[in-house]
Amino acid sequence: MSIAAPALNRTPRQKRYRPSFVEKTLAGISAGVEQAVFSEENARRDGLLQRRDPRVKLVAFIALIVAVGLSREWQVMLALYAVVLALAALSAIEMRSFLKRVWLGIPLFSGVVVLPSIFFVGQHALVTVPFGFFDLTVHSDGLRAAGIFVLRVGVSVSLAILLILTTKWADILKSLRVLRVPSVFVLVLAMTYRYIFLVLHSVNGMFLARKSRIVARTSGREQRWWIVATIGVLMSRSFRMSDDVYQAMVARGFSNRMRTLDDYSMVAADWLMLAAGIAVAALAMYAGWML
Amino acid sequence: MSGPIFDLRDVRYRYQGKHLALDGIDLKVQPGERIAVLGANGSGKSTLLKLLDGLLPATTGEIYGLGEDMAGLDRDVERAHEFHRRVGLVFQDPDVQLFSPTVGDDVAFGPLQLDLPLKEVRSRVEGALEEMGIPHLRDRAPFELSGGEKKRAAIASVLSLDPDVILLDEPTASLDPRTKWVLVNLVVKLGAQGRTLITATHELDIVPIIADRVVVIGEDRRVLADGPVDEVLDNDPLLIEANLIHEHLHRHAPVVHAHGHEPGSHHGEEEAIEQAG
Repeated sequence: MSIAAPALNRTPRQKRYRPSFVEKTLAGISAGVEQAVFSEENARRDGLLQRRDPRVKLVAFIALIVAVGLSREWQVMLALYAVVLALAALSAIEMRSFLKRVWLGIPLFSGVVVLPSIFFVGQHALVTVPFGFFDLTVHSDGLRAAGIFVLRVGVSVSLAILLILTTKWADILKSLRVLRVPSVFVLVLAMTYRYIFLVLHSVNGMFLARKSRIVARTSGREQRWWIVATIGVLMSRSFRMSDDVYQAMVARGFSNRMRTLDDYSMVAADWLMLAAGIAVAALAMYAGWML
Repeated sequence: MSGPIFDLRDVRYRYQGKHLALDGIDLKVQPGERIAVLGANGSGKSTLLKLLDGLLPATTGEIYGLGEDMAGLDRDVERAHEFHRRVGLVFQDPDVQLFSPTVGDDVAFGPLQLDLPLKEVRSRVEGALEEMGIPHLRDRAPFELSGGEKKRAAIASVLSLDPDVILLDEPTASLDPRTKWVLVNLVVKLGAQGRTLITATHELDIVPIIADRVVVIGEDRRVLADGPVDEVLDNDPLLIEANLIHEHLHRHAPVVHAHGHEPGSHHGEEEAIEQAG
């Protein structure tokens, strides 16, 4: 016996499906977890940067970010960006997603920040746009400053993302010890990152459990109420878990004092990369000063 | 050590001084014993293991561990270090135990806290991972592991301390059958090394394999029975009273089965033999 499937044609009164606030949050959480797992997979690939000591990468990348931050010349920043892209390509990073990750969000956020400056900074008028009762004049030097700002943010973020994509998070945290960050601070950071995943997992489960029982569209007020209740439940769970985790630490000898095991050893290529990173950063600063 | 490893005398424990978790527990554990602590959910099994590990102080009563009074252990760092070097606890929830960024860091945590030389720490980490069959997970983050892998990593994090006594809280809970038996075999291997093993569980099918002695905690949070495995597991009325089996879901000789009954009814002796055979 076969049963005909009901027609799925939408009647004119039916509204187009729009995901609710809760569903969008759920999708965001899942995407966050996926992105973290994806980053770890990149860090395990065999590439130029993945093979290098994480401490070298941390120091060299910080030097390069400082150089970008201090630079005022777009030529210098573009040259540094070319270096970033070359390093990404040599580290088996998928270029399209790397570029998307940086340039889809950066122009939007940094652009909004510097947008007023193109109208109010500078003296050389480029074009005048009527805006209601006012005329807004775009200045060439304001436009240049805004472009350099967006470029600076983009290159800095590219460097930071490249470091994260090519280095396991655990190694980045351990490398902070090179910068004399106290080990207890590193431990707290590591545990925070570790348990964020667990909390996200719980949140995901709670969202799905709720979604599975919802048969009609809920109001914004109901959704906000539910979010507040969820935050309360998660906070209570987190407190209970923190007690258990502390007991698990004490059970293995913890007494508010930390020792860590760093299994890193520098080879010639690491020293070479460290020297190259610092040299490029110094050269960029010098070039910026000379131009 | 000639005397008992643990000696509990009329121990009571109340959470926040109010909620009774254990009531009048008397228990002696000899070195090298393999004990299963059986009890229904909420009977106080986990609390008992935490008391044995010195993580919770008894509300009333006395606990002697490794021949010493355990009162004040939490305030004496030197004594606590020595005690935790010799007594390890594997928590029920591996996510509680695996708090470091990688499995290797977690396994190294205990030896590092005990101020062992770094060379010794590295060798213990490798040894513990090897013993649990997970050297390939050394650099993996805990959130990437399956349930069974997490349990193995949690046991490895205790094994690296090379303890004489291992307390295991529900080591096979929420695992698929194959992973569960892998874990059971690992526990058996640990027992064969001469370590004292105390395993809290309510899974009766693994008890004859991992233990020689059974301590049953009743729903009144007192010790209901203490004896050899066969003697306790063959006592259906006792297991029903402890809420470890139900009259409609229970063990017939070597067979465990589930079947439906009319409400309130129970099959007779002949039917039981027929079903088991």
